[in-house]
Amino acid sequence: MQSSSTPSRSDLAGWLYVSPLVLVLVPFFVAPILVVLAASFFATDGFGGLTPGFTLASYVEVLHSALTLKLYMATIKFTVLTWIFTLIIGFFVAYFLVFHVRNQLLAIGLFLLCTVPFWTSNIIRMISWIPLLGKEGLINQALLGIGVIRQPLEVLLFSDLAVVIAYVHQLTIFMIVPIFNSMARIDKKLIEAAIDAGASRFDIMRLIVVPMSKSGIALGTIFVVSIVMGDFFVVKVMSGGGSASVVSAFYEDVGVLQYPTAAASAVLLTLVLVAIVSLILRTVDIRQEITR
Amino acid sequence: MKNDRGDIELAGVCKSFDGATYVVDGVNLKIADGAYCCFIGPSGCGKTTILRMIAGHEDPTVGEIVIGGQNVVGLAPVQRRTAMMFQSYALFPHLTVRENIAFALRVRGQSKADRLRAADAMIEKVRLTQFADRLPAQLSGGQQQRVALARAAITEPRVLLLDEPLSALDEQLRVQMRQELRRMQQELGITFIHVTHTQLEAIALADLVVVMEQGKIKQAGPAREVYAHPHDRYVAEFMGGQNVLSGRVEKVNGSSFTLAQAAPDGIEVPLLARSTVSVGDKVDIAVRRDDVALVRPGKDLPPGCTTSLPSRVLAIEYQGYFVKVMLDTVPDDEFVAYVPEKTFFADPFTVGDVVMATWSTGSALPLA
Repeated sequence: MQSSSTPSRSDLAGWLYVSPLVLVLVPFFVAPILVVLAASFFATDGFGGLTPGFTLASYVEVLHSALTLKLYMATIKFTVLTWIFTLIIGFFVAYFLVFHVRNQLLAIGLFLLCTVPFWTSNIIRMISWIPLLGKEGLINQALLGIGVIRQPLEVLLFSDLAVVIAYVHQLTIFMIVPIFNSMARIDKKLIEAAIDAGASRFDIMRLIVVPMSKSGIALGTIFVVSIVMGDFFVVKVMSGGGSASVVSAFYEDVGVLQYPTAAASAVLLTLVLVAIVSLILRTVDIRQEITR
Repeated sequence: MKNDRGDIELAGVCKSFDGATYVVDGVNLKIADGAYCCFIGPSGCGKTTILRMIAGHEDPTVGEIVIGGQNVVGLAPVQRRTAMMFQSYALFPHLTVRENIAFALRVRGQSKADRLRAADAMIEKVRLTQFADRLPAQLSGGQQQRVALARAAITEPRVLLLDEPLSALDEQLRVQMRQELRRMQQELGITFIHVTHTQLEAIALADLVVVMEQGKIKQAGPAREVYAHPHDRYVAEFMGGQNVLSGRVEKVNGSSFTLAQAAPDGIEVPLLARSTVSVGDKVDIAVRRDDVALVRPGKDLPPGCTTSLPSRVLAIEYQGYFVKVMLDTVPDDEFVAYVPEKTFFADPFTVGDVVMATWSTGSALPLA
């Protein structure tokens, strides 16, 4: 009753609450996306000049190109591989931290240890793989030394393998954190109740821990998938230019001043990602799980 | 062949988590097959730890736990054939009532059809049929408790362990679920071990009441014995319903002794076979609150009463079928008389009145 008598005041309060977020999101998120969206419908003179208007030519070009499908296949391959490895590693690291480290302080210490790689820049972290994976790198030398191989393995660096390794290295933390979070909220009594019922360790993981960590897994998946699909730098550096991804392709387009096709590719990628994320959100009600 | 005997013996059981202090300290106890046993004591007295050791979620530091003639120390809960009902129930929040109850059968590898049939039969037994497809969060406290009970009972354990099963419920529901627990126990015919800190719950349910303090058993026996004949001051005060007085023995004469107190002639106490007292000893005695009669000064004492203590009425509480009268009879301890309602209102006292508190000599109980 009170709120209906002073609707304008409560409305104002609501707007005030969201205003900081709006002030950040509108100029730095909404506006750029609108610019890209607009540019994707513009025509170009081929030399960077844009003619305002409405044409679907860029979309037609992108969708008709055989390259687009190939790029998406390559990107999806990287995404799926990275997702699988980060999920497996992230799940078990979180599981270990939550259920096996009895000492709370130790668990927090180990958790912080997981974040240590993030104290250095992304580029340095990638470069640091070179002495390990390179032709003269530690792994090749070790394998040569014990006589397993005669020739250094070329596949280790500047390859798809190297790209996946770098992604996994970079992104596992994005799996660990949300999964750790949802696991930490599992009541330890539930595990005891499951043991009491005769559940094995595997049963407990399969029937209790995994279903109850669903929201964390979903959140981590969203992070990893959107980062990998939106990345070109790791692919470029770690594949040595041998592989491409969706983003690296439209990065090239920008380089040769093909703004509308680049914008159209970007919009397409955004739509694909939105579709993937909404699919994930449809299977796991993250909102409900988090507020539970 | 399955051994279905659910008799339990604890022999010299100790438990220490840090190697220095013992939360359970030398417990010896026999619990008969099919008994309803209540462990009672204040929080931190080790009762839950004992329960968890019987359940197999904790191992004793020293001692043996024998179930059905077999030492079960080191065995998993499934091998012990015990089942535990956890405090606040620990229901799996992502599983429906039916799936929760069928969980133990699922991990035992029963086929889906079999386990759901068994679960449905159990659901009917605890009267939850219409809630079978709900999640635990959609149930009331009492319903959740029944799910927990059904989940524990479905494996046909020989011992069911209940950790403060009623503490999450409100008063009315608690009384109702208390009866349900007793009914289930009789229906299943298995040993129940129930940990509680509520005296009423323990004496209402248990065949065997075990009173604990600081890791030790203070008294174990049938409910009536523990309530009416407490061993010592701790049990008497903890179980309630008793006034505890202490004093020095003034004289000993054959079958009774006299305790020096504020009473003109001291307090006469019958001598029990087990107690030996001599003059000068400091002795605690207990007098049931409902055995105390209040008489106005100068009036005759009821027959059989030799002791009367002058007291002032401190407070009066109406309790329905009786009236609780608090007195300043003894300097340091609480002294209360439960006067039947009709007796009280025939000649009601008011706060500040001087009365004589008296009881028949035979009802005074010397404590260890």
